[in-house]
Amino acid sequence: MTVLALEHIDAGYGDTAILHDISLQVERGEIVVVIGPNGAGKSTALKSVFGLLNITAGRVVLEESEITNTPPEQVVRLGVCYVPQTGNVFVNLSVQENLEMGAFVRSDDFRPRLDEIYAMFPDLAEKRRQPAGSLSGGQRQMVAMGKALMLEPKILLLDEPTAGLSPKYRGEIFQTVKAINATGVPILMVEQNAKQALGIADRAYVLVDGENRHTGTGPELLADQEVARMFLGAKG
Amino acid sequence: MWEFVNFYFIPGLVLGCIYALGALGISLTFGILRFANFAHGEIMMLGAYFTFTIMGLTGWHPLVAALPSMALAALLMLYLDRQFFRPFRDSPTIMLVIASFGLMLMIRSAVWVFYGTQSKPLLRGFQRPTQYLDGAIQFPDKHLWIFLTTIVIMLAIWYLLTRTKIGKAMRAVSDSPELAKLTGIPVETVIRATWIVAACSAVAAGVLLAIDSQLDSLMGFKMLLPMFASAILGGIGRPFGAVLGGLVIGVAEELSAYPWIGVEPLLNPAYKTGMAFAIMVVMLIWRPSGLFKGRVF
Repeated sequence: MTVLALEHIDAGYGDTAILHDISLQVERGEIVVVIGPNGAGKSTALKSVFGLLNITAGRVVLEESEITNTPPEQVVRLGVCYVPQTGNVFVNLSVQENLEMGAFVRSDDFRPRLDEIYAMFPDLAEKRRQPAGSLSGGQRQMVAMGKALMLEPKILLLDEPTAGLSPKYRGEIFQTVKAINATGVPILMVEQNAKQALGIADRAYVLVDGENRHTGTGPELLADQEVARMFLGAKG
Repeated sequence: MWEFVNFYFIPGLVLGCIYALGALGISLTFGILRFANFAHGEIMMLGAYFTFTIMGLTGWHPLVAALPSMALAALLMLYLDRQFFRPFRDSPTIMLVIASFGLMLMIRSAVWVFYGTQSKPLLRGFQRPTQYLDGAIQFPDKHLWIFLTTIVIMLAIWYLLTRTKIGKAMRAVSDSPELAKLTGIPVETVIRATWIVAACSAVAAGVLLAIDSQLDSLMGFKMLLPMFASAILGGIGRPFGAVLGGLVIGVAEELSAYPWIGVEPLLNPAYKTGMAFAIMVVMLIWRPSGLFKGRVF
């Protein structure tokens, strides 16, 4: 079953179109990775799902219903959570308060969920009273993901979760992404670290200049000559 | 020694409490709405006048009459936000500042129309100081009320900001409005809550100031400088920094008139408000983020 689909999207800021006829799909239980060179429109594609920029053609479908150009506050309520690349935690709020804010739109008792999140991220449980701004980059990413998971979302959108992290933390974040996915949450993730990301991806899309270039399973793209030349060789 | 405590330190703390309550509202609105609200002092003044009217109608004690005044001021503030500030929500900050400046002049003029320009006492009669410790420490009961009221309001606001969902959301919006939106926090609701808290704390500050001195249509305006100085000293956008800033500035103003050298006041009491200004200038040069790392733009 398809959880999220972008169908032939044109989108951009104001009149400047960045995405041209982009199509992406995330099926239930999948990790889908979007890679591509800088400026290819990877992050823009995520933002367009979240109503952060204007879609001029095509549509976004969440499960059965169309959510094209729905404002972010409502997209959250529909069960889509988005973790931006930077500025993704409230630095002056404690770890626990960040998680509570993640559950803001919930009106039921979210304490069991809080315990589950702490079980998933034991490091955070220890630091629950500390301001999120005092944590390391990797731990902040965990807070940001934990905060998004408080809603038990239908799908999680991650914008370059490993950007700016040391290799050690990068591996940890990819493991975490896999662990989150294992709890049944489909993930659509934009990544720069193409090789590692493809390693955990069920399927992947390569975007170039705001257009779909390649699509395939993780291993297929890892084996693809052109993809290898574009990202993997250069990256080392 | 006791003279120092009774005539300088305690009055300084009392003044500091009033500054603290006022600065708290300024800092809170600044943190969430990102502009310096020049009309804050007028809401203080207006709240004191509302209280005066309610006292005249009911004969209640000013601190009781202040409660319905808070409700009135909060409703008015929500209306004013809708009419004056919301249209400028996505405009450059300076437009909001100018709008608040205009609002300040309008509120003051309206008060002149309805109440006249004469100052009047809120509490009638002379209050004899109550003696403590065999008369060593003495201050009037109204100073005790001012302390206690300030403490109660501070605790209430602390509880709101750290223990309730809407209060935490206020801090979240102050932290990052963009992320708050992505998280699904209804920012307009948070803004309304902020105005309610700001209006209530402003009314409290205004009523306490009128209890301490008297009702005066310029009282809010005169408070603006020390309140902004307090907010900057504490780190703008840090409500509890503003409280500390208010106490420091209140005490510093009173102590500046103490005869530290010889028998003459160190600074002529007429110039004591200059202390707030001096502290603000020094902070802006030396540490614009304030004692608690507030925002710097």
